[in-house]
Amino acid sequence: MNPDASTIAAGAPIEVDLSPVAEGQDIKVFWRGKPIYISHRTKKQIDEARAVNVASLPDPQTDEARVKSGHEQWLVVIGICTHLGCIPIAHEGNYDGFFCPCHGSQYDSSGRIRQGPAPANLPVPPYTFVSDTKIQIG
Amino acid sequence: MSGPSDYQPSNPALQWIERRLPIFGLMHSSFVAYPTPRNLNYWWTFGAILSFMLGMQIVTGVILAMHYTPHADLAFKSVELIVRDVNYGWLLRNMHACGASMFFFAVYVHMLRGLYYGSYKEPREVLWILGVIIYLLMMATGFMGYVLPWGQMSFWGATVITNLFSAIPYFGESIVTLLWGGYSVGNPTLNRFFSLHYLLPFLIAGVVVLHVWALHVAGQNNPDGVEPKTEKDTVPFTPHATIKDMFGVACFMLLYAWFIFYMPNYLGDADNYIPANPGVTPPHIVPEWYYLPFYAILRSIPNKLAGVVAMFGAIIILCFLPWLDAAKTRSSKYRPLAKQFFWIFVVVCILLGYLGAQPPEGIYVVAGRVLTVCYFAYFLIVLPLLSRIEKPRPVPNSISEAILAKGGKAVASVAVVLVAAGALFLGSLQDARASEGSDTPPANKWSFSGPFGKFDRGALQRGLKVYKEVCSSCHGLSYISFRNLAEPGGPGYSVAQAAAFASEYKVKDGPNDAGDMFERAGRPADYFPSPFPNEQAARAANGGAAPPDLSLITKARSYKRGFPWFIIDFFTQYQEQGPDYVSAVLQGFEDHVPEGVTIPEGSYYNKYFPGHAIKMPKPLSDGQVTYDDGSPTTVAQYAKDVTTFLMWTAEPHMEARKRLGFQVFVFLILFAGLMYFTKKKVWAGSH
Repeated sequence: MNPDASTIAAGAPIEVDLSPVAEGQDIKVFWRGKPIYISHRTKKQIDEARAVNVASLPDPQTDEARVKSGHEQWLVVIGICTHLGCIPIAHEGNYDGFFCPCHGSQYDSSGRIRQGPAPANLPVPPYTFVSDTKIQIG
Repeated sequence: MSGPSDYQPSNPALQWIERRLPIFGLMHSSFVAYPTPRNLNYWWTFGAILSFMLGMQIVTGVILAMHYTPHADLAFKSVELIVRDVNYGWLLRNMHACGASMFFFAVYVHMLRGLYYGSYKEPREVLWILGVIIYLLMMATGFMGYVLPWGQMSFWGATVITNLFSAIPYFGESIVTLLWGGYSVGNPTLNRFFSLHYLLPFLIAGVVVLHVWALHVAGQNNPDGVEPKTEKDTVPFTPHATIKDMFGVACFMLLYAWFIFYMPNYLGDADNYIPANPGVTPPHIVPEWYYLPFYAILRSIPNKLAGVVAMFGAIIILCFLPWLDAAKTRSSKYRPLAKQFFWIFVVVCILLGYLGAQPPEGIYVVAGRVLTVCYFAYFLIVLPLLSRIEKPRPVPNSISEAILAKGGKAVASVAVVLVAAGALFLGSLQDARASEGSDTPPANKWSFSGPFGKFDRGALQRGLKVYKEVCSSCHGLSYISFRNLAEPGGPGYSVAQAAAFASEYKVKDGPNDAGDMFERAGRPADYFPSPFPNEQAARAANGGAAPPDLSLITKARSYKRGFPWFIIDFFTQYQEQGPDYVSAVLQGFEDHVPEGVTIPEGSYYNKYFPGHAIKMPKPLSDGQVTYDDGSPTTVAQYAKDVTTFLMWTAEPHMEARKRLGFQVFVFLILFAGLMYFTKKKVWAGSH
């Protein structure tokens, strides 16, 4: 009952062009049927994400560990709430990040869980920068 | 089933079979001669009611499966086509969907009866555990069935419930992938759920056979909880129990028919009339009402794994009930403390159900935690403790002695309490369909409301005109074909008129022999063409918000009714939240934006739209559409006409539904009365 060959093949890596995404904007792409949020973060959002005392977080992780160095402005996360799988809404909630409408989990501008029932941060999918304005997810 | 039967059929052909396969003897000893306690009350008819419901679900389900397409792109449409085009498809679908709710309602009564009268105690432990297994199978079947229509709630319910398994340490993620057959809920998930949804009811039927077998070995429990001792304590199953069960089933069918014919969407969720969309989560995900208490337990525990364990534990704990409650006295009738705690437990379950439908914030979370503790305390603390400290009242020596001592008991008042509580519980779901942050739409007088409601033909024809001249430039009507305009219960056009109407449209067809697509005039069998080729085009042309298809809009929109309205709605058959909302939105545009509300660029202020910022500009203005019949050409009249028309597009067979409903009710009331008096006659000598 595991995924069949065509489903696996359809889950191959995809490339996303980032050049049309302006600062403060984010886009949602689908990969393996999952929504991936790609946020072009503002300076303020980055500073907020880095100012937090990491030890105080429910799922401690630094912002540096969640983005690629040299591309700090880009946050790429799987937009599936780690509680029960709803899709959080970007640019909502008290932490300048994501807010899940189902059970009220709130994520910050680094996609880390800050408040609510979700146990973990929004996962970062495997991705690499092919060029400065293009990433490959998968 | 106690010992070999001495039944001999008189017909020689039956005798021939009986000597080779004693099936008639088995039937005779199980359902005819079988001794049933004389003092059973009406709560015992729920066994027969459940068998009836299982049969009903299987029969309607098998026929529905003949017309259903289990594919992510086609499932939603195929369900709509069942309702619209299959002969009596609307009836089959309502019977099956409401039947699931009625099945669970009956099973909860049946379980609580077992709990109250101690039917799980020695020697009926296996009987009880088989019952818990049936209940678990029912929950799985019900859940997978709810996924099949592939609406928004189907999809997101499936996502949330399958994600429960991701809480399992180490293997969680792989188990979830295995359940999905992919990387998220999708077409493979729908396919396997359809397969399992078809399979599980037959497993249930198999376990029911074991359940009945175990019942007939141990014998039925009874309200006094003393085993039958002499022949005076029992009556033969047929005719006594048979006729009583038939009366019970007939009464139950009255309730069932009330839902099928008059309130088919009362127990459902408006969001499930929106096709599944993996990119948009509904604001508030609620399971079907029968899972709500367990959903509340899940959410009240802040840790994910612990929440999942508690939820499953709340059901599994029932298996251990025979050993948790060690009291010798079976029936709570003779246990003054147990009786009180039982009713407290019932209230706790109902309140948990209510909380399960509320958003998980503030006081609801605290209350949920307190009630979760109460739920488990009943099984783990109260029942074990009571069996040690409680002094039961003396139990009668035999059933016949109990019958002689019996006075008029307050069964009726208990029934009233249960019905009221049930209504609260069922209705709590309505609370969940909130469209937050907006004014409540005013209630209108609709020609189609109430048990004898009919569509106003003039309004349908005018509404069609408004749709064609105004709405259709942005909104599709893709489930309606031109032939529908000439069908009974619709706008009342003739076949020729519908064909003429169709020919005004250009429809894309092909490919032709040269392999090219071409345009031709519409035919009656064609569907209303959509204004945009796909959702993305619609989105791009309308500032990012795709105009929804209007075929189902009056059933796909709703607003919060709140307590106590949802209870009153059940009795008044108020079903018009959708039309009231649609009509209110059409008239809710205001140029003046109130203070404190900011409307983004490109949006418009609407009093009734959730959040107030709507992308649709004010669509209607006075005098915009001309009417030939002299009706006023005002926005209010346009809104009323087009909403009536859209109610018809959402439910073209509504008139047939209400008409058949009346006939069924007349029949059922006569049938129930007949059964009641027959039952009185049969039991005359036994009371």
